[in-house]
Amino acid sequence: MLQDKDRIFTNLYGRHDPGLEGAKARGAWHLTREMLAQGPDWICDQIKASGLRGRGGAGFPTGLKWTFMPKEVGERPHYLVVNADESEPGTCKDREILRHDPHLLIEGCMVASRAMRAHKCYVYLRGEYIAERHALEKAVKEAYEAKLIGENNVNGWDFDLYVHHGAGAYICGEETALLESLEGKKGQPRLKPPFPANAGLYGCPTTVNNVESIAVAPTILRRGAEWFAGFGAPNNTGTKLFCISGHVNKPCNVEEEMSLTFRELIDTHCGGIRGGWDNLKAVIPGGSSVRMVPAEQIIDAKMDFDTLRDLGSGLGTAAVIVMDKSTDLIKAIARLSYFYKHESCGQCTPCREGTGWMWRVMERMATGEAEHKEIDMLLEVTKQIEGHTICALGDAAAWPIQGLIKHFRHEIEARIDEYRAPRALVQGHVVAAE
Amino acid sequence: MALRRFDIEAGGDAFAFKAETEPTIDFWLGKYPAARKQSAVIPLLWLAQKDNDGWLSEPAMREVADRLEMPYIRVYEVATFYTMFRLKPVGKHHIQLCGTTPCMLRGANDLKQVCESKIGKKFAVTDDGKLSWEEVECLGACANAPMVQINDDYFEDLTVDGLGEIIEKLRNGADVTAGPQVDRINSAPEGGTDVLTEAGLFDGSRNGAVTTLPNLPEPEPAPEPEPEAKALPEEPAPTNTAREETTEEEVVAVAGERPEAAEVAEAERDNLKEIKGVGPVNEGQLNELGIYTFAQIAAWTPANVDWVEDFLSFPGRIAREDWIGQAKVLAAGGETEFSKRVEAGEVDSSKDEGE
Repeated sequence: MLQDKDRIFTNLYGRHDPGLEGAKARGAWHLTREMLAQGPDWICDQIKASGLRGRGGAGFPTGLKWTFMPKEVGERPHYLVVNADESEPGTCKDREILRHDPHLLIEGCMVASRAMRAHKCYVYLRGEYIAERHALEKAVKEAYEAKLIGENNVNGWDFDLYVHHGAGAYICGEETALLESLEGKKGQPRLKPPFPANAGLYGCPTTVNNVESIAVAPTILRRGAEWFAGFGAPNNTGTKLFCISGHVNKPCNVEEEMSLTFRELIDTHCGGIRGGWDNLKAVIPGGSSVRMVPAEQIIDAKMDFDTLRDLGSGLGTAAVIVMDKSTDLIKAIARLSYFYKHESCGQCTPCREGTGWMWRVMERMATGEAEHKEIDMLLEVTKQIEGHTICALGDAAAWPIQGLIKHFRHEIEARIDEYRAPRALVQGHVVAAE
Repeated sequence: MALRRFDIEAGGDAFAFKAETEPTIDFWLGKYPAARKQSAVIPLLWLAQKDNDGWLSEPAMREVADRLEMPYIRVYEVATFYTMFRLKPVGKHHIQLCGTTPCMLRGANDLKQVCESKIGKKFAVTDDGKLSWEEVECLGACANAPMVQINDDYFEDLTVDGLGEIIEKLRNGADVTAGPQVDRINSAPEGGTDVLTEAGLFDGSRNGAVTTLPNLPEPEPAPEPEPEAKALPEEPAPTNTAREETTEEEVVAVAGERPEAAEVAEAERDNLKEIKGVGPVNEGQLNELGIYTFAQIAAWTPANVDWVEDFLSFPGRIAREDWIGQAKVLAAGGETEFSKRVEAGEVDSSKDEGE
């Protein structure tokens, strides 16, 4: 178990003052000026050396991402945009940072902005996080009043931070859709290239980072890259906020070391699986967009990027959705298919039409009103959607279904047989779900 | 995608922001470059919805479009795309029930029945105008599932009875308390936790111990002493003749730790020039240090590397050229691209003089 002294988010549960005084007592805004004085190269090198990988799901090395920004500021200003549009089902970690440790985020924004030579930063919150937005606005105001940020601030790098919000669109968690939304348009992802580092917000060089990736940066610089790199397995370093939901005795958010095993995570913090370990059926380990892993494979698996990738799943946002044996997995995945159908932005045909089609077929499979051969057809359709869209929502809609069919095909088949058994006259027919 | 249409008739012909909202509008407009006012469209539509009893009428959209100098259609697009904009009237307390899988696993479907029985169908407003509900997608409070959002507030860890009670209280105008409805603090585990209990984290004592940042680059004119004291070399003066003229100060400045010397018979010595970066001169100097084999180099510690780099006057080069990595391969009997070329005699700088 990670020791208290090594936790970054020390006010995760909001038991202490989220304001400036409390944050300072917990270590925020300490030596910030010295960090900024070292300049972009040092900051990027330290973050690279810490092995920090993006906490928004894709796990791209954060320090490297920062170096993609132009080395010289030309006519176009540079922007940092922080993605606080936390809407991946299962994920509720950034919310705790926003409302309980907002100063760590603000300080992180400043450090990251220095690293990418930006003077302005937008934090894009999801619209539903209203209390969180007020908490962050309050912290920003405190930081301005204390001259920690703003023009001619005590930290020696002119820096403005603005809080923006969306209005309930999952797709705005995709970085280019987020930029579109921030520009006041529908959140439809942009074709890449050009990548945001060349042409992002208002056509200017922009980097979009997850809240957690940004908020850990100052602590890494304060305590040393090697301290952070000392946690977890190689290439999967650091501490991480895990959000555990579903069928555990005590769901919670907790900061833990990367690469601890699933069993340790659940036993230490969540009071075990509901009904005991024998009652575990499957786990979605990284938010709804990754494939599920059946119990026997996940129990002693390390919770990190590489291990879960090798299991055909992913760490994603470390949103662990636990399902015990009472779960109707087909219904659970059908509900996710509805989610993706609802959240598809409508831009690319494979996704707009495919997510609805998959959902309708999944609903029939949940009742058993389907044919065996439709399972393969469904799998084939997921493969046709995956990789054929501008953004990753198509992939995200396909993977949960692929995971279900890969590991629990027998349940779908049994459901179909069960539906048919008392209905001798049911004609086999393929319904092109409309 | 969600297909959403608005009723162009339902909102009447006029909408005006409330006077007390104006400062907030200015606050939002102040966040974006002057030529990018359109960025404020979502925040302004949200304010308009607040000022219009919780739903967005078509005149309200036009008002926002006029203020931001946007074509109406662009605002309509935004209003219909984002699901938090409600396109028809809702109750005074509008319940958004999260139905996505993490909440569903913990009983959201039962909560839906509570809403249906106590309020009615989705989006239907009760006769007294107080209540309405809809099912929404993940609200991002999954560790506190199942949950609903009522107007601005999250109500978490709900039970069928608990939600029923909240609905009745709202109907009767009684106060309700937002947040988790069971014995837990926010998203901490129910019943408490021993995580984050160490008092030293919260009293400010941690900062006192840290006065400089770790890993700072070496200060060039050295205004302050190095944060990390470097060990002096165990044997201050190297033995080779080329170095005997070295002045005392320079010797003291040598950092790190001298690698151990070894006696190696002529026949067992490796051709160190197979390491990219080692030429005849370096090889000679290494031999004088008692370094004759790949295995010795492979075993160098970072402190040894510092010392040797200083000794050879090659700061940073050993790491950059990865001598140790190369040596490990070669010591294990493998070969590198470079060593193959050396053996083939393609590398002049690695040939011994007179060869």
